[in-house]
Amino acid sequence: MTTTAAAKPKLAVWKFASCDGCQLSILDLEDELLALAGAVEIAYFLEASSRTVEGPYDLSLVEGSITTPHDAERIRQVRAQSKALMTIGACATAGGVQALRNFADVEEFTRAVYARPDYIETLATSTPIAEHVAVDFELRGCPVDKHQLLEAVGAFLFGKQPVLTGDSVCTECKRRGSVCVAVASGTPCLGPVTHAGCGAICPAYGRGCYGCFGPSAGAAMPALSRMLAGHGMQPAEITRFLRTFNANAPAFREESERLAGGEGAA
Amino acid sequence: MTKRTIKVDYLARVEGEGALHVRIAGDRVEHVELNIFEPPRYFEALLRGRDFREAPDITARICGICPVAYQMSAVHAMEAACGVTLPTPLQDLRRLLYCGEWIQSHVLHAFMLHAPDFLGLASVVEIAKREPALVQQALRMKKAGNAIIAAVGGREVHPINVKVGGFYRAPRRDEIAGLRDELAWGRDAAAAALQWAAGLDYPDFERDYQFVALRHAAEYPMNAGRIVSSRGLDIGAAAYEQHFAETHEPQSTALHSHLIADGSAYLVGPLARYALNFDRLPAEVQAAAKAAGLGAVCRNPYQSLLVRLVEVLFAFGEALRLAEAYAPPEPASVEVAPQDGSGCWATEAPRGLLYHRYAIGGDSLIRQAKIVPPTSQNQPSIEADLRGVIEANLDMTDDTLRHRCEQTIRNYDPCISCATHFLTLTLDRQGEGAA
Repeated sequence: MTTTAAAKPKLAVWKFASCDGCQLSILDLEDELLALAGAVEIAYFLEASSRTVEGPYDLSLVEGSITTPHDAERIRQVRAQSKALMTIGACATAGGVQALRNFADVEEFTRAVYARPDYIETLATSTPIAEHVAVDFELRGCPVDKHQLLEAVGAFLFGKQPVLTGDSVCTECKRRGSVCVAVASGTPCLGPVTHAGCGAICPAYGRGCYGCFGPSAGAAMPALSRMLAGHGMQPAEITRFLRTFNANAPAFREESERLAGGEGAA
Repeated sequence: MTKRTIKVDYLARVEGEGALHVRIAGDRVEHVELNIFEPPRYFEALLRGRDFREAPDITARICGICPVAYQMSAVHAMEAACGVTLPTPLQDLRRLLYCGEWIQSHVLHAFMLHAPDFLGLASVVEIAKREPALVQQALRMKKAGNAIIAAVGGREVHPINVKVGGFYRAPRRDEIAGLRDELAWGRDAAAAALQWAAGLDYPDFERDYQFVALRHAAEYPMNAGRIVSSRGLDIGAAAYEQHFAETHEPQSTALHSHLIADGSAYLVGPLARYALNFDRLPAEVQAAAKAAGLGAVCRNPYQSLLVRLVEVLFAFGEALRLAEAYAPPEPASVEVAPQDGSGCWATEAPRGLLYHRYAIGGDSLIRQAKIVPPTSQNQPSIEADLRGVIEANLDMTDDTLRHRCEQTIRNYDPCISCATHFLTLTLDRQGEGAA
């Protein structure tokens, strides 16, 4: 009697409201893609394959935020078919740039973009996956860092939690040996309150961090606002600075609402 | 009369979410509807009130596959609004960055999304089992394109180094010199890939497209040029909205584009760029295209795979030329002071013409934004192709015809995230039993 190899873990990739950039990061693993495809069964990944395999799935990667009633239902079906569920990127983890609607009137947004608002069905808010279903791990970034993604998927395949730091970009910046753009040139920078993971790219290019990995653990938001005000930024400008790709992440949202509420930064 | 219904719910190997519904009565296609139901993300609305300098970072998030295209159209439109033109070395560095995106996006589509159709396989992973060396070469080409983006832009997806007025920091000479060996390898690999693709079996199908693309006085177009068509249109980007309009179709979060004059559909993207700019390709690239069986104009949408690889070959050569001539521009950016006014610009995204218009104020805030991505411009053409393909292949079984329809859509490398905005395919042949 022949023996068959142990069944490979089944990986699924799901898309909700997003730009496709985080799932593209899987295909951007040019050196590791074929090895990954050898280690797992890519059971559902519509962007990459027209062959789909029914669930349940050992690991589901979820990109995108929830913005429609249909998607609010679909994520529950994804969760029900998934042993583990990991969100990939700022949309799935915090709501994405499309969560700027959360601070505005979505009906007015619809009228501004579409000639026939009556053809559009959407929710008033863009919300992260964890507001709808249980999430086992959240990977940050707009986009995710592909090496962090590989580390996280690898960890799940070995049945352990990924080891990824919750430090700030400042830590990575120092490790990289970059000159601090805030101290050296007074450039507004969200590095002190932004979650590590990108490798501190922006300061290495002479610009301030714009927070695309969302808030770090224990981000000292009011202190940051005071620093930015010290660089001459007005509360409205600081509010705008905090409201980009992670605008709906609690630490950034609460601080921007505090500032917009007129308490001022300093 | 025989009526048929065929249904495909989720189209694969496209970027974003959508569906197709087709109804056939006898030998006539009654209804073709490409249904894009990607949820709306409201970029044009959320850009209002943002600083004009934020547009390249925000609009990049429209598409993870072609963020550079969004950044390029945005920065040029802002500079046009403020009356600023960049010095040549900064324009060259932007062109080098765009070459990187053309390479990674085209190689991604040609090998990972499109080629499986011609081999009867479901994915690039299945191709790799049969032809591992071919796939390894494709991945290495893609990586070389991404290396350009990372070197110039800071990272592959959503580059951080692009700013209105130029770049935050000019790459050091060694950062660009480090690309050269791989670009030279990539040019040879692209030529070999084109020869390989020339041997694939392409369905026999042509349409008389109205091509629309940029045309530049000297270059194969990327960041600049006039908007021209195969039917004699020749306008600056400022006149775009006088000639092209979008309508909002039911069941869709994307808008459809057409020519205002006669309501006709038009085609943007590799086939259009190539047909309207063949004479702008270097002689050796023209020769490679001819050796692959292409004329100076290609009207077979399935052969867009070949044209993409011609453009990859071109982009490797162009990137190598720019990298060899590179000296860090000094300064890395020019000052762009905001002023009341509006600016528009079109660049050549990998999928075709990408138009941006912004109205901004002297307070640096964006008042209005309009963005017309290539996929919404091509949507009427995709539907017309489908109609033609179905009518020419009515003897096919439902399964075969459904696959051919999906392949026809994939010819366009449709980016539904861009067009907002994914695919479910429903093919109805009424009267042939259960749908």
